[in-house]
Amino acid sequence: MLARSLPMIGSRRSLRVLEHNALVYRAQWVMLLSGFFEPLFYLLSIGIGLNKLVGPLPVHGQFISYAKFVAPGMLATSAMNGAMIDSIFNTFFKLKISHVYDAILATPLDVTDIALGEVWWALARATMYSASFIICMAALGDAGSAWVVLCWPGAILTSLTFSCVGLAACTYVRTWQDFDLVTLVQLPLFLFSGTFFPITLYPQWLGEIVSFSPLYQSAALLRGLSLGQFDWIMIMRAGYLLAIALLGLYVAARRFKRILAP
Amino acid sequence: MIDSHILEAHHLVKRFGDFEAVRGIDIAIDRGESFGFLGPNGAGKTSTMRMISAVSQPSDGTISIFGLDPRTDGPEIRSRLGVVPQEDSLELELSVRHNLEMFGRYFDLPRRIVRERATELLEFTQLTERANDKVDNLSGGMKRRLTIARGLMNRPEILILDEPTTGLDPQARHLPWDRLYRLKREGVTLIITTHYMDEAEQLCDRLVVMDQGSIVAEGAPRSLIERFSTREVVELRFMTDDHEEYFERLSPFAERVEVLPDRILLYVNNGDDTLRDVHAAQITPSSALVRRSSLEDVFLNLTGRSLTE
Repeated sequence: MLARSLPMIGSRRSLRVLEHNALVYRAQWVMLLSGFFEPLFYLLSIGIGLNKLVGPLPVHGQFISYAKFVAPGMLATSAMNGAMIDSIFNTFFKLKISHVYDAILATPLDVTDIALGEVWWALARATMYSASFIICMAALGDAGSAWVVLCWPGAILTSLTFSCVGLAACTYVRTWQDFDLVTLVQLPLFLFSGTFFPITLYPQWLGEIVSFSPLYQSAALLRGLSLGQFDWIMIMRAGYLLAIALLGLYVAARRFKRILAP
Repeated sequence: MIDSHILEAHHLVKRFGDFEAVRGIDIAIDRGESFGFLGPNGAGKTSTMRMISAVSQPSDGTISIFGLDPRTDGPEIRSRLGVVPQEDSLELELSVRHNLEMFGRYFDLPRRIVRERATELLEFTQLTERANDKVDNLSGGMKRRLTIARGLMNRPEILILDEPTTGLDPQARHLPWDRLYRLKREGVTLIITTHYMDEAEQLCDRLVVMDQGSIVAEGAPRSLIERFSTREVVELRFMTDDHEEYFERLSPFAERVEVLPDRILLYVNNGDDTLRDVHAAQITPSSALVRRSSLEDVFLNLTGRSLTE
């Protein structure tokens, strides 16, 4: 029913957009490779470096090493960055510079197929990247427990949320200069979302504001999964991420229609 | 109802906010016909093209393509149409061949078929030698040919071309024209917009002249010229800043006189005779040219404006 009320369900044809992106990226394999190295850099620099300086932290009454605390936060951040960069920059280019989508609209695909296809692509990438991230986490001893495997779907959900938000955001971008605004949102989100330290360290009012951050919700969700500390609130967190994803996709599909087929 | 026309549109309107880009036009195109939209930039041609290629919805009026309604059968219609947009919109990072193959995949064609057709169409558009080059490295004319080839990947029954040779060198235009002519002989219905009168005269069996969102005339290129212009035109230039001042003196010599910023046009039946009379009346232009009437003159007569301004 929900599906029907949203004008964005698209069709099986949206998979062709996935095929298209895979073909383009095959020619740019270096970019694809960078996605695998990024997590390693994150984990090595912040995890190993800061782990020496910062002592164990209490999470739900259990003391864990800083590396185990920060790794799921890094996974969430990496999922956010990957999804946002791809859906904002590359989609903007196709939408407004190269007009690739205009060409696609001359085929049986329609606007919703294109928007949905970009989401499939983001999910395909997220599936690969987050798997490699989690393997690195486990290899470096940063996984909180064997439950870390559940971080995989968790990270894919995070990518879904941010790629849908990015897709909606990119339709409002007018020039390359506007990308500074994206950084302006992304950076504080990264710094204040409790990825580096527990938000209980904030004054209460700030903590409450931060709890609206999807990155915070994702980091908290992934941390709980990594540590195997299950809690009903995790379902709320996942639901929040999914709701934002659907809202983003709804806005994106509408805006795509306005831009591409007015 | 018998599907006599491959495409029919009634009272087609397209509005963008308060602006009416297309103001209630009617079109009926036969199978195998080569149909043109002639008009200057901003006449509403591209908006019309986007509606009849089942991409954008009309604000008012109805369209029937292959007897189907774009509002409900968009994907089915588009699978039988080929579109060559004004902007090439090619995939610059991909090779020439991959551009064609990927496009074929959007039509759900199997990979084997897609490869065969790409090979065939590269040959047809003389791009075989560049098949593995990146599109970025192609010349403007080659990109245009590739865009035409792309529009043919699904073997369309109607090929819609928006300004197919705009921006190309005069010599680079002949190959696309020749290929379009071959398609026409094979029975493909062509729908072409252009602001080049020579292109319209070469390719179109029938055309409509559009101006400010409306159709101002319709017919075969020759018959439009016969109806809306004289047989010949005398173009005169004078050493003056304002050709308007010669209007009064030249009026008696022609059926109609048009003053342009840089020259004055006399519409007559026999240009050489007129030129002799003008000289006999002691009027001495700095240059004079006698030519046959073209669609440009039809447009000038109908709208009072030039096509390419």
